[in-house]
Order: sequence, then structure tokens, then C-alpha cells
Amino acid sequence: MDMARLHEILSTVWVLWFVLLFAGILAWVLRPGSREAARQHAEIPFRDHVN
Amino acid sequence: MAATAALKPPLAELDVEAPIRAFAIATIFWGIVGFLVGVVIATQLAFPLLNLDLEWTTFGRLRPLHTSAVIFAFGGNALLCTSLYVVQRTCRARLFGGEEMGWFLFWGYNFFIVAAALGYVLGVTQGKEYAEPEWYVDLWLTVVWVAYLVAFGGTLVKRQEPHIYVANWFFLAFIITVAMLHIVNNLALPVGGGIGKSYGLASGVQDAMIQWWYGHNAVGFFLTAGFLGMMYYFIPKQADRPVYSYRLSIVHFWALIFLYIWAGPHHLHYTALPDWAQTLGMVFSIMLWMPSWGGMINGLMTLSGAWDKLRTDAGLRFSVTAVGFYAMSTFEGPVMSIRAVNSLSHYTDWTIGHVHSGALGWNGFITFGALYWLVPVLWKKQALYSQKLASWHFWIATLGIVLYITAMWVSGIMQGLMWRAYDELGFLQYSFVETVAAMHPYYVIRMLGGLLYLSGALIMAYNLYKTVTAVEDRAPAAIPLGALPVAAE
Repeated sequence: MDMARLHEILSTVWVLWFVLLFAGILAWVLRPGSREAARQHAEIPFRDHVN
Repeated sequence: MAATAALKPPLAELDVEAPIRAFAIATIFWGIVGFLVGVVIATQLAFPLLNLDLEWTTFGRLRPLHTSAVIFAFGGNALLCTSLYVVQRTCRARLFGGEEMGWFLFWGYNFFIVAAALGYVLGVTQGKEYAEPEWYVDLWLTVVWVAYLVAFGGTLVKRQEPHIYVANWFFLAFIITVAMLHIVNNLALPVGGGIGKSYGLASGVQDAMIQWWYGHNAVGFFLTAGFLGMMYYFIPKQADRPVYSYRLSIVHFWALIFLYIWAGPHHLHYTALPDWAQTLGMVFSIMLWMPSWGGMINGLMTLSGAWDKLRTDAGLRFSVTAVGFYAMSTFEGPVMSIRAVNSLSHYTDWTIGHVHSGALGWNGFITFGALYWLVPVLWKKQALYSQKLASWHFWIATLGIVLYITAMWVSGIMQGLMWRAYDELGFLQYSFVETVAAMHPYYVIRMLGGLLYLSGALIMAYNLYKTVTAVEDRAPAAIPLGALPVAAE
């Protein structure tokens, strides 16, 4: 297999991999169980220490 | 009482704040310098005599002085100021490297600014837009930037808070990506000759593509991701309620990261760049609508239930209007990246108007909003000196932006249409100088808009100066009884 063909295949695989990765992130972030954790994370700026 | 000593953590554990105060002052100072130079070059475009016939004051040399002063000096100091503040507060950890690191970053970064600016005025430039400084200045910035990454990353590593708050994700993406862009776009071979002359490593269309991969991602990661970090901390603090949806903020982050890096080729439509690359840049630019509107919804909806605060808190008004301008300019940008639209808009004043609705409206306003909140906090003052003056600043600056962008829309679209107009014999209908003459009134309006924006910034500088010098100190923070340390029994 020459380099040009390999490049073609790899760039397609790369797009597919990124789409899957992004879909995975979406599923992970939006899964039902993450709601409470996200609510707590949003409170972080208000958990200040004294300075 | 022995207990009072325990009210504050030991000195070594306090957040680093003195260099951050210095960054805040530098932000205000460079903002005024940058806006002033902007007004000067806007005036030169309307009245070219003001070039003064001196090489040091020509438009060509002052223009990079303006862009670098507002982006890297004003914006950069604002980003360093807020990121170093936010990372310490949200990680509940002292800055990695301590005061010394903070001061090194402050003096190191501002030395870079001065070295770059001197170069522009004296004619030392590598001729790459937004990357004008020659190799010796680039190398120094690399040293400072790596130290910045170490300081920021080190603070994240030693955090007390288990989760890394989303504002820090944006700041970290900004720091890492700018390092990568800066190094790759500035690869060059110095050739000596006394003034630091060098030649870039790439040439031709590859050089152009690397330049706009750099240029557009400077917009994406310096002016967008970094300032979004500001939005995700300061708007919740100002509105006193958590961000509307933390989950949306994470989707916003990853969508921005996955998409932005590919959008650069839209700067090279109808050039020697292969068509597939131009189309790729256009498609990814259009997809950027998603993170853009996701972020806008998240910023604005944080206000739900607290909209009344807009009437009383001019600082919050700046931050929220900034999000509005973020939405508007990132809607306009993808439209302009469509090839057919770009054939009209490219190389015209429309582009300048678009950039300024983002720069003045989004970057400027989100920074002003953060400063109005942060200066009283950093100097431990009870409140801002004058809400009334801040309100004046808001309306003067908003009017300035409106004048600026409407003038540039009209001027730019007119310019594009005049360039492509043919007469019945197939000749170009207008000569170039006719388009220049037609733009004169709009250049004067733009100059007035800039003058208003500068006046607003001067009012802010006065207001913040009086906040530091004339407002009473805040009483030491009250600590709930349960939080007091109890002696071991």
C-alpha cells in the first residue's frame, strides 16, 4: 500500500474516531446519573476560602 | 483572643494577589493605550495627512501597534489577571510558584509587550498579521508562556477541590493552544543583519495556511476560549447564582475544541489554497454556530431569576451585553466564511466591523465587567466607587460600538459592491480611488465611535482609581462559627 492510499484511509478513520469520541463525550456528560454531580460542580465558585 | 489568629489561614497559604493586582492595572493601562492608538489610526484613514510624513507614525507601523496593544497587551493582561485569580479560587490552592512566579509572569509578559511594540514603530517585523514580532521577541514570549503553563498547571495539580471547574478548562485550552500556534507559526531562520531579520521556514501557500491556522485560532483560543473562562467564573459571581447548566458548559467546551482548530482556511477563500481545504474551513466555521449559541444560552440563562440585577449592577450589564455581542459576532463570522458571502466581504471594511463587534463588544465588555467586580475584591474594598459612572461608561461604550459596526457594515458592503460593479461595456465601473473617497464619511463615523469607546474606558480608569483610593476597606470576612478551628481536647 502506498503512502497516498494510507493517508486516505487514515484521514477517514480519523474523522470517524473524532465523531465517535465526541458522541461518547456527549453521552457521558448528558447521562442521567450526572445531573447531581454537575449541580455540585456548578457551585465551586461559591465554595470560597478566606483570603 | 487566640481564636482570631486562626481566622485566617497561615500566610503561606493565602492566594497570590499582588501580581494579579498589577495585571489588573496593566489591563486598564494597555486598554487605554490600545484604544487611543486605534482612534489615531482611524483618524489617519479619514485624514491621511496625520501620517505626519514620518516613517514611525505611518498607518502601516501603527496598525500592528494597535492590534497588539488591544489583543496581546489589554486582552493578554486581562487573561493572565483573571486566569491566575480564578484558578486559585476554584482550586482552593495557592498559585504554583508563589509570588515570585506571579511577578515573573507580570514583568516577563509586559517586557514582551514593550519589546514587540518598539519593534513595530522602528520597522522590525516579520510581516505576519498578529504575529509581527521577530524571532528574538518570539523566543522570550515562549519562555514566559511555558512558565505560565507551569504556574497554571501546577496550581491545578495541587488543588484542594477534587473537580476542575469548567472555567479552568477554557483557560488551560487557551494556554496550551496558544503555545502550539505561537511556536509553529513563528518557526523562522534568523539571518542576522543587525535588526533581527529572519525568514519563515514555510513558504507559499503552506506559509499562508499556517499563518491563518495561527490567526484564526488566535481568535478561537485567545479571544474566545480564554474569555469564555472569564465568563464562566465572573457572570455566576456577579449574578450570585451558579451557571445555568454545567453540563451544557462541558458540551460547549468540547464542541469548541473539536471544531475551532479547522476553521482557519476560510481566511484563504479564492486563493491558491486547494478548494477542498477552503470548503473544509467553511464547513467547520458553520458548525461553530453550535458551541457559540450553546455558550450564549448558558451565559444569558445564568441570569434567569436575577435579571433585576442588571438595573443596579453596571458591571453585570457589561458582562451580559458581552455575551450578546459574543452571540452576534459568532453568528456573523460563519456567515462571512461562506464562500459566496466571502467573495463580497473579503478585503473590505465589513471584516473590520465584524472583528470589532467581537473585540469591542465581547472581549472589551467581558473584561470591563470582570474588572468592575474584581478591582473592589482584589483591593478589599466595600464596593465600587460609583455605579453611576460605570453606567455612563456602559452607555457611552455601547453607543461607540453601534456607531463603529454600523459604519463598517455600510462602508464594507458598499466597497465590495463598488469593486465588482461593471459598466455596459464590461469595464470596471469604479476606480479604486473612487471607493476610497466614497468611504470617507464612514471613516469619520468610525473614528467618532472609537472616540466614545476610549472616553468610556477613561471614565472606568477614574472610577476604578477612586475605588482603590477613596472607598472604605471591607470589614474582615465573617466566618460561620462552625468553620472555626476547635482546639484538640
